[in-house]
Amino acid sequence: MSDQFITFEDVSRFYGEVLGLNRVNLTIPPGVTSLVGPNGSGKTTLMNLMTGLIRPTQGVIRVLGVAPTHPEKLCRMVGYCSQFDAFPKGLTGFQFIYSYLRVFGMDDAECRRRTQIALERVNMTEASNRVVGAYSKGMRQRIRLAQAIAHEPQVLVLDEPLNGLDPMARSETIALFRDWGHSGKHVIVSSHILHEVDKISDQVILLSHGYVVAEGQIQGVRSEVKEQPMQILIRCDRPHELASRLFMQDHIVEAKIGTDGRNLLLRTSDADSFYLLLNRVILDSGLEVESIAPADDDVNSVYQYLIGAGEGSTL
Amino acid sequence: MNQAWMRQIAGVLRLEFKKTFFSKRGWWIYLLALGPVAIAAIHWLFEMRPHPGRHSIGEDSMVFAVLFHFYYLRLGIFFGCVGIFSNLFRAEMLEKTLHYYYLTPLRRELLVVGKYIAGLGLATILFVASTALTFLLLGRHFGAAYTDYILHGPGLNQLGSYMLVAALACIGYGSVFLMCGLFFRNPIIPAMVVMVWEELNPFLPAVLKKISVIFYLKSLCPVEIPIPPPFNVMVIDAEPSPMWVAIPGLLAVAVILLIYSAISARQTEINYGSE
Repeated sequence: MSDQFITFEDVSRFYGEVLGLNRVNLTIPPGVTSLVGPNGSGKTTLMNLMTGLIRPTQGVIRVLGVAPTHPEKLCRMVGYCSQFDAFPKGLTGFQFIYSYLRVFGMDDAECRRRTQIALERVNMTEASNRVVGAYSKGMRQRIRLAQAIAHEPQVLVLDEPLNGLDPMARSETIALFRDWGHSGKHVIVSSHILHEVDKISDQVILLSHGYVVAEGQIQGVRSEVKEQPMQILIRCDRPHELASRLFMQDHIVEAKIGTDGRNLLLRTSDADSFYLLLNRVILDSGLEVESIAPADDDVNSVYQYLIGAGEGSTL
Repeated sequence: MNQAWMRQIAGVLRLEFKKTFFSKRGWWIYLLALGPVAIAAIHWLFEMRPHPGRHSIGEDSMVFAVLFHFYYLRLGIFFGCVGIFSNLFRAEMLEKTLHYYYLTPLRRELLVVGKYIAGLGLATILFVASTALTFLLLGRHFGAAYTDYILHGPGLNQLGSYMLVAALACIGYGSVFLMCGLFFRNPIIPAMVVMVWEELNPFLPAVLKKISVIFYLKSLCPVEIPIPPPFNVMVIDAEPSPMWVAIPGLLAVAVILLIYSAISARQTEINYGSE
């Protein structure tokens, strides 16, 4: 069973006296998992630990049952697109991917085939014969991504993979992550672009100052934040009437009517009671309700509630 | 399985040769190797013209011996190996590209071996070829007499010995400086320490003499060079090591240093931020 998960058991990492991560316990299932947190929160440390580039000061890490201290096994399963925007000098895009595949021990034909496939996946085939040093930032990002996926890893770790990409490339890359995640593989992504994290993530891990603040599916994480009233957006034909009926309840702490006269934003400290009440009110009053949707169960809101904007984040 | 690790080492060699050969950063190493060849070629061209007071083949042989001792062993090969081997890991740390290797399923020990063989390939090609060319060009102006000296006299043996010593120097110094590149942020400092130790070798007690590379290399050289006055009074004589001790001894030291480097490489973390 543990062979399907990435697990961290009481993992800490210190850089001298500086804390990188502290007592992290995680079980990451397959799918797309986003690491969210301000600069210096420990996202890259977590990624470097699970790829074996650094070692924990204490604790045990297993990636699909393999310890990162065994790169011979681990690196066949893991691809890592790091944030280091550096390349061996003088290599073309093709040579860059092909040469490191050769270090995996594959023969020439296999390396060529995999290199071509990886280049096609990131739309870099045409530029593959140009020296990497002459690439734009977005192209360098894509060629690093191609290098990380070329050996078809079970676990793909991506540190800010959308940086420098144009909107078209972003959308293609996000689609690639989704496909990868839906095929039962692990995709671990760190990103500070929270609306994009929302789009791609099956689960999130929120980090702050080296601690895991929350983890899980974003709706689940949101519902755990009890001290922040839940926001619910209702679109109906008579929002004023609905607001006056609902506002009599104790758990409704705020109601705002939208400028178009059809939207009502409510904040409630008890979502379960609210939904029960709402059903009753709608039935009693005969309101025509177009939609009811939570307005703050996204990564951005949860991030603001748990970590806050005063963290020096790059959001 | 065996083929897999051999293919992995071949993969490292391909990459290293691509990065190392003809790299602009290493221009001065080519200069170190080609300098004496150019001087020998000029000497040949100059001496081709008939002129009085022409020296003998024996004198040219002694000139080469001095050049080999004081230039090749103490300067050219020494600093060439500093440039080549200490940068095998250090340059990748500075350029932030070592993680690409560390993210392949390659045993770190094999990475050390692969990089060492690549460095050794470059160093031996450069310095063994340079030694041979310089030796052959230095007496070329003697024409048929020099050909006879090489083919029927002691020339071929001497040439073989010098080439062997140059190759062994690359092996010995290569292992020392590969290790320095793994352990020190600035490998020039340990390189200078090693250089001072090697330069002091003639003046050290016999026991300490043997803890060096130069002592064994000198034992294998075909022509002995006396230390000139006034330094000769400070020289402490020691029996040169016989070939059957000098060659395996040097190789053993190189293997020990490589094993130590391989163990260290396994513990090395990618932490470019602190570089």
